[in-house]
Amino acid sequence: MDMNSVIKNPLEELGRKGLSVLQDLGRITLFFVHAFVHMFSIPLQPGKIIEQIYFIGMKSVFVICLTGAFTGMVLGLQGYYTLVKFGSEGLLGAAVALSLIREMGPVLSAIMIIGRAGSAIAAEIGIMRISEQIDALETMDINPIRYLISPRLAAALISFPLLTALFDTVGIIGGYLTGSLLLGIGKGVYFSKVESSVIMHDITGGFLKSICFAALVAAICCYKGYYTHLRAEGFGAKGVSFSTTSAVVLSCVAVLVFDYVLTSLLL
Amino acid sequence: MDTPLIELKKVTKSFGANIVLNGVDLHINKGEITTVIGKSGMGKSVLLKHMIGLLDPDDGDIYFQGTALNDMTKPERRKLKTRFSYMFQGNALFDSMTIYDNIALPLKERTTYHPSEIREKVNAKLKPLDLVGIEDKYPSQLSGGMKKRVALARALVTDPEIVLFDEPTTGLDPIRKNTVHSMISDYQQRFGFTGVVVSHEIPDVFYIAQHVAMLDEGRIIFQGTSEEIQKSTDPVILQFINGLESRHDALTGLPPQPQGVAQFRRDMAQFQRHHIKFSLVLLIVNNMEVLTEYEGHVAGQTILKRLAGHVQNCLGITDTCSRYGLNKIMVLLSAGEISRARMFCTELAREMERDPTMHIKPTKDTCISISAGFSVAAENSELEELIEQADAGNNSFYEFRVC
Repeated sequence: MDMNSVIKNPLEELGRKGLSVLQDLGRITLFFVHAFVHMFSIPLQPGKIIEQIYFIGMKSVFVICLTGAFTGMVLGLQGYYTLVKFGSEGLLGAAVALSLIREMGPVLSAIMIIGRAGSAIAAEIGIMRISEQIDALETMDINPIRYLISPRLAAALISFPLLTALFDTVGIIGGYLTGSLLLGIGKGVYFSKVESSVIMHDITGGFLKSICFAALVAAICCYKGYYTHLRAEGFGAKGVSFSTTSAVVLSCVAVLVFDYVLTSLLL
Repeated sequence: MDTPLIELKKVTKSFGANIVLNGVDLHINKGEITTVIGKSGMGKSVLLKHMIGLLDPDDGDIYFQGTALNDMTKPERRKLKTRFSYMFQGNALFDSMTIYDNIALPLKERTTYHPSEIREKVNAKLKPLDLVGIEDKYPSQLSGGMKKRVALARALVTDPEIVLFDEPTTGLDPIRKNTVHSMISDYQQRFGFTGVVVSHEIPDVFYIAQHVAMLDEGRIIFQGTSEEIQKSTDPVILQFINGLESRHDALTGLPPQPQGVAQFRRDMAQFQRHHIKFSLVLLIVNNMEVLTEYEGHVAGQTILKRLAGHVQNCLGITDTCSRYGLNKIMVLLSAGEISRARMFCTELAREMERDPTMHIKPTKDTCISISAGFSVAAENSELEELIEQADAGNNSFYEFRVC
C-alpha cells in the first residue's frame, strides 16, 4: 500500500482495500464450490484422492500423535493443579477429554496440518502455476480445478476428522500419563470420568468443526497457490513464497475465527 | 477464397499500461504451416495464447471457421479446445511426473483408451524423437533439448488438428533443431494438421512454412509466402531477416537458401555481362520419410549433413552450393554442359561409396535414394523456373542408391 495515498485519501484507500477483500472472498467461494462440485463429477478420481490422503493424512500421523500426546500431557498437568485447588482432581479425565474433543483437538490438528500439508499444497500449486503447468492442463482441455484441487479437497475432508480423532485419543492417553502415572489419580477414576462426561453431542461438534476446517484449509491453501500469478506484488519464486506465507497465515486465522463462530453456534 | 481456419480481426490486448497487441489482423489457413516471426517481447506468445483461448482479447474478435469465439457457448469452446494442442516456450512439463506420464497425460485424462493402447501411442512418438529409454526419468533430469522434444511429443500424442508451437527449437543443437523442423513438416504432411509456429529460426522456418506473418509493434506488418517475405524491401523486415540469418546453415554447414539466391543473382549477372554459362543441379533426398520412419529423424538429419559434406568436397573452385529446402541441396556449376554435371555426380557417388554412414539401410530392401535434377540457365531465367525444371521428373539425370 502506498503510504502517501493512505495519508491523502484514507477513505479511498480503505474502500479499495475493502473491495479487493470482497473480490477475494467471492473468488474463493466460487473456487471452493467449483472444486466441491467436481469432486463428484464422472469419472471419479479415486487414485488421486488416495494419493492425497496419503500425503495430507498418512504422512501427518506422526506429527499429530506427537503434538496430541504433549497437548494431553500438559492438559493433565495444568488441569490437575487447577482442580486440586478445589479438591476435585477426580474430574481430571473429564476436563482433559472435553477440552480436547470439543476444542483443542480440531483446532490444533488443523493448525498442525496447515503447517505440514497446507503450506506444501500452496507451494506446489503455486509452482505449477508459474511454470505454466496449469495453463498446459487447460490447453489439453483438462479442467485444472477438477484435476488438481478436487482430489485435495476430498482428501482433506476425509483426513481431517480422522486425524482429529487420533489427536483426541492420543491426547486423552497423554492426560492419563501425567494425571495417573505421574500425579497419582487412579486409572479407573480417570477413564470413568472420560466415559461419563463425554456425550455424543461433544463428538459430533468436534467432528463438524474438523470438517469445516478441512474445507477452509484446503480451499485457502489451494486458492492461494492457484492464483499466485494474480498477486500484485512478487512474481516467480517470490510470488510463490508470498502465496505460501499468506496461505498459512490466512488458514490459521480462519480456523481460529471459524472456531469461535462454530462454538457459539453449537453451544 | 475459403474461410480461414482461424482469423483474428483487430485484436488488441494490453497488460496494465503495456499495449502488447494493437489491432492484429491475421488469418491461419487450414492444412498449412504458418510461421509468426518478430522480435522478442513483441507479443508472439500472447498472440498464440489468444488463439487457444488462454487469454481473451480486450477488443477485436477471433473467428474459428467463420464463427466468433465470443459467440460460442462454453461447451462449444471446450469442444473446440480438444482439437488444439499447444507446445509451450518453457515446455510446461509436469515436473513431478515421469516423462512417460507427461506424454500420456492427455490420453489418460481425455480418452477412454486401454493402458496398452496408450503405451503404444506414446511409444510411437518416443522413437522418432529419439527419446527411447528415458520414460522413467523426471523432467529435471533431462537436458534442455530433451525437454523440448518431450514437450513436442506431448503436443502431438493426441494427433491434434491444430498445433500451436511456441518457439519449438530454441536451445537445440543443429541436428535436433532440424529434426524438430522436419518432424513438424513431416507430421503436417502426413496428418494434415494446421500448424502455427512462433520462431526466430530464420531461414529454417521458411523451409517448412507455407505462410509467414511478421509481428512488429503490436501489429502484423507482413503476411505472405516465404518467398514473398524474402523478396520484401520493407526496411524493418529486411533488417530483421538479415540480422538473424547466419552465413552458414547450422546443420549442413552450407550457405542457407537466401545466400544461394544471392549467388544465383551474381552468376546470372556474370552470364549476362560476360556470357559465362552456368547450370543448376538439385539434389533431393527422395526417401527421407522412409528413413525417418525406420531409423528416426536424427538419422535422417545426419544423412543430410553427410551428403552436404560430400557435395562440398566435390565442388570445383568456381562452383557453389547452398541448402534449398528441408531435404534439398542446390549446386550451381560454372559450366553449361550436362557432361560436367555428370562428372560432378560420379565424383559425388564415389565419395558417398567410401562413407560407411551413408550405407544405412532403412528397411531390408530399400536404400537411401538421392536424385539429381539438372537445368541450364538461359539469359533472363528465374531461379524458381530453373529449380522447377530440375525438380521435374524428366530432368532427373542421375540417381544415387547407396546400399
